Amino acid sequence: MRTGLVLAVVVSVVVAVGIGPVTVPVADVAGVLVERLTGGIAHPGTDLIVWRLRLPRVLLGAVVGAGLAVAGAVVQSVVRNPVADPHLLGLSSGASVGAVLVLTSGTTLLGLVTVPLAAFAGATFAIVVVLAMAQQRGRVQPLRLVLVGVACAHLFSGVTSFLLASTNDTAAQQQIIFWMLGGLSGTQWNTLLVPVLVLAFAMLVLMTRSRRMNALVLGDDAAAGLGVDAARLRWQLLVLTTLLTGTLVAVSGGIGFVGLIIGHLARMLVGADHRRMLPVTAALGACFLVWADVLARIVIAPAELPVGVVTAFLGVPLFLLVMRRAGHRLETAS
Amino acid sequence: MSLAVEDVSASLGGKQVLHNVSFTVPDGHFGVLVGPNGSGKSTLLRTVFRAARPSGGRVLVDGEDVWLSTARDAGRRTGVLLQEQHSGFEFTVEETVAQGRTAHLGRFDRLTKQDDEIVAEVCERTGLAAFADRRLAELSGGERQRVFLARALAQRPRLLVLDEPTNHLDIRHQLDLLELIRDLGITVVAALHGLDMAAAYADAVVVLDAGRVVASGPPAEVLTGDLVSEVFEVECTVDVVAGLPRFGFRPRAGASPGRGR
Repeated sequence: MRTGLVLAVVVSVVVAVGIGPVTVPVADVAGVLVERLTGGIAHPGTDLIVWRLRLPRVLLGAVVGAGLAVAGAVVQSVVRNPVADPHLLGLSSGASVGAVLVLTSGTTLLGLVTVPLAAFAGATFAIVVVLAMAQQRGRVQPLRLVLVGVACAHLFSGVTSFLLASTNDTAAQQQIIFWMLGGLSGTQWNTLLVPVLVLAFAMLVLMTRSRRMNALVLGDDAAAGLGVDAARLRWQLLVLTTLLTGTLVAVSGGIGFVGLIIGHLARMLVGADHRRMLPVTAALGACFLVWADVLARIVIAPAELPVGVVTAFLGVPLFLLVMRRAGHRLETAS
Repeated sequence: MSLAVEDVSASLGGKQVLHNVSFTVPDGHFGVLVGPNGSGKSTLLRTVFRAARPSGGRVLVDGEDVWLSTARDAGRRTGVLLQEQHSGFEFTVEETVAQGRTAHLGRFDRLTKQDDEIVAEVCERTGLAAFADRRLAELSGGERQRVFLARALAQRPRLLVLDEPTNHLDIRHQLDLLELIRDLGITVVAALHGLDMAAAYADAVVVLDAGRVVASGPPAEVLTGDLVSEVFEVECTVDVVAGLPRFGFRPRAGASPGRGR
């Protein structure tokens, strides 16, 4: 299973890199990768397309897909609610407010990283507001968190819509809409570094807490009985999720549905144990977004769809299918 | 391992539900809390297994204040079996029993060979070995409760906390579970609804009413008709059959259903 999933991610990346306005055969893609990894440059033209233009984007798709899927699965466990995802806690809509503020004001104070930084700040601000309102004497009640998160998410969306409606700058409007729906275009190698490091850090922390997360989904009393401090673990996981989601939304915009559905698919495949479920979620999320982005690139080529549109079109039917098949389990589990 | 509850008070949502409760359960004894709904039994037990912090007083396990130790330390000493649980049904029996090892694991959350042996041994002892790969959702209520007991035993506890563990079980499963627990020979503190069961299994009972201890001692001495009538607001008569008290209940004369306290 494990090798199969790693293989699926690698194959998805290699094949996806070959797809585009100029089709590059899989063998040539592999050739470029082998040359680059051994320090050479194969065919300059192919190298440009594969290594400089497409690979960073496809890899970012894999990283963002894996990260959003894992963030969603973790939030579902933290609030013990199967329909939770980072959007539900206001993270994504908070990031949108940050990004849109920058885009409408035309600020480029910090150059290319202005929008990502504003998005990250917005996500952090949102979760701080949500947690401050959802906590009682330092304990976060899961249901309260969900309700406050939903309310705040709507408020932040309202702010975004207001900013969008009140600007006259049509170019900015275009940018905002594309950003809100999410996209991976324009990815360069240096965009990748921070998301990769944050994802690796998050996975490491999560894997050392996977058994405690199993206890967390049983409820606070049962967790206490097993020697797990549920309140403390919940705080740690929420901070980690904020870091992960904030980082990813900052570079890719508000890509929806990955966080909501992939965790459920993983649970269907390997069960609820976080030790197996989280790595599988990451791998499935990576594959899902890589292929969604391929569709985003080719469906209306030479123009591009926002990848968030594709994840919604693919994700919703998939989610409903999963619900139908796993519905009985969701019911007995809640 | 002994349990000493010293002068414990606790509040729930701003309302004080325990008032200076004190009692002890000596090493290897089976202590049972009885009392009507809302008398504070569950809250008291939650202060013992570190789920609800007392607003005053101390809970000592073998002389050590559980609220000064860590959750993890508590999870290595104290096993907990709650009344019917509603979550975690997507795990298998073996995964669930292995959850009992959570507080014993090292930094990387890996089960050692010794952990595996303990899980296997506990499954064997509780008659679950044949169920290992079944999901909890597929089991009956009685079987599930046995799995949760096995999980508590996998903690290798020296104190077992039971909060009405037999609530939703038929009589045979109630007896099976309580026999299994008594035969462990470890210190037990349990809240039980059924007075017959309490009398049959307890070395000592502690009667709670409105968050206060109103009586404690051996069941045959404490659970008199008068006391039970008073605390539970019913007419209760007690017959002693084969050395054990048997309880008969009637509604209190003049009481209408639904009358509040």
